[in-house]
Amino acid sequence: MNIVVLVKQVPDTWSNRTLRDDDRTVDRDAADAVFNEMDEHGVEEALKLKEAHGGEVTVLSMGPDRAGETIRKALAMGADKAVHVSDEALHGSCAVGTSAALAAALKTLEFDVVVVGTEASDARVGALGAMLGERLGVPALTGARTVTIEGTTARIERQVDAGYQTVEASLPVVISVIEKINEPRYPSFKGIMAAKKKPVQTLSVADLGLDPSSVGLAGATSEVVDFAPRPPKQQGEIVTDEGSGGVALAEFLAAQKII
Amino acid sequence: MAEVLILVEHADGAPKKVTYELLAAAKQLGEPAAVIAAAPGTAAALTDALTQHGAEKIYLAESADIDDFLVAPKAEVLAGLVDAKSPAAVLIAATGEGKEIAGRLAIKTGSGFLTDVVELSADGVGTQSIFGGGITVHSRVRTGTPIITLRPNAFAPVEQAGAGAVETVTVAISDAAKGAKVVDRQQEDKGDRPELTEAQIVVSGGRGVGSAENFGLIEKLADSLDAAVGASRAATDAGWYPHQHQVGQTGVTVSPPDSQPQT
Repeated sequence: MNIVVLVKQVPDTWSNRTLRDDDRTVDRDAADAVFNEMDEHGVEEALKLKEAHGGEVTVLSMGPDRAGETIRKALAMGADKAVHVSDEALHGSCAVGTSAALAAALKTLEFDVVVVGTEASDARVGALGAMLGERLGVPALTGARTVTIEGTTARIERQVDAGYQTVEASLPVVISVIEKINEPRYPSFKGIMAAKKKPVQTLSVADLGLDPSSVGLAGATSEVVDFAPRPPKQQGEIVTDEGSGGVALAEFLAAQKII
Repeated sequence: MAEVLILVEHADGAPKKVTYELLAAAKQLGEPAAVIAAAPGTAAALTDALTQHGAEKIYLAESADIDDFLVAPKAEVLAGLVDAKSPAAVLIAATGEGKEIAGRLAIKTGSGFLTDVVELSADGVGTQSIFGGGITVHSRVRTGTPIITLRPNAFAPVEQAGAGAVETVTVAISDAAKGAKVVDRQQEDKGDRPELTEAQIVVSGGRGVGSAENFGLIEKLADSLDAAVGASRAATDAGWYPHQHQVGQTGVTVSPPDSQPQT
């Protein structure tokens, strides 16, 4: 089975994330760069599918040179090879442009299953799985908390407001996963050493056959007009219970007209 | 004035509150036109309430395929209407499904889309709160038909009757949109508490609650405030409270009034 797993390097949610003053894109220098957490669960699920069904796991990532760190980590976890879509022309791409570049990269690969995290912690658009399904003309099984594959049928369980759904599709499919699906493994020392020798292919916008003006900031379908940091939040009130905590809490709620 | 399409969200035979919020927001941009994409027999119960909340037009797109397959059929219905009606914008609730519909619709119609908008100006500029609420952004779509997803609870519903002119739309869902088939549904008893995304008040418990039994206290407080119950990832991972109550990135995005959304 050919499995492709998408990973993204994102600014750490714990660092001071902001936008650049010049072009109002994500300021990647202002924050530590980390592996998007939900994508680690994607890599784990891809590796589990390989363990169950055989085949190969290819990592696909789009991002600047530095995203190579995230790709190496996915390889250290056990993926076999990688494709890094990297081009200055992609800087500032919107979700629509990003999905176009990634779909074009996927078309250069053979896949039965494409695994993606349901959303990235920076943009939080949460639509990539569906958009890749749309562009590739394959079913998108989104928000999976379990995945099983039997023969040529993929089946997931997903959470909805009213409970749970089981959804099926025929391969090839795109599957987006949520973090509850598994516990990602840590790369072993052996895995880290092996990752250094695994092949990483770099693809440019020209390699993908895309018009550079259709992606990146120039081709973005939406734009940030302006931005500002939120005014500092007022410190919340902490009630320490010294026997009268309940009364203090009730008084607070009453003052807020909640009770 | 151009139409503004809104996608109706409904449950148990009534529009969800977010639908009224979409109608109110649509009025800022043009004439609200509600789109009901649902299983046959669903729409009749919804039209009066939509009219009372400002729908000038109501498009009925009923098909058994809509509930049986994930997301793609609804995007297809909307794409057909965008093509036929050339609306000024399309507004969709910023739920997990709503964002996926928006993404697909953007590709189908060659448009841009905005997610999780909390304020909207008459010229289509949306306000978003990003990076855990740390930065406030103003954005706009610059290609095609603006597709904008609105965060629930960010807009106030308005009770002001529209014309409510009903137009039935012929629906023929393509095979391509029928790839992901829902084969089973497990309903969970939600009780009488309000839904997390729509609640005016959420009482949320975390690690400090300490046990499943102690969540009974959270429930009691919630019930006395007519609030929904939320739980942190630590609490749901520990098995103290069901996962569908988890608030946060992989859980539910809650945005009760007067609070910053939890991320």
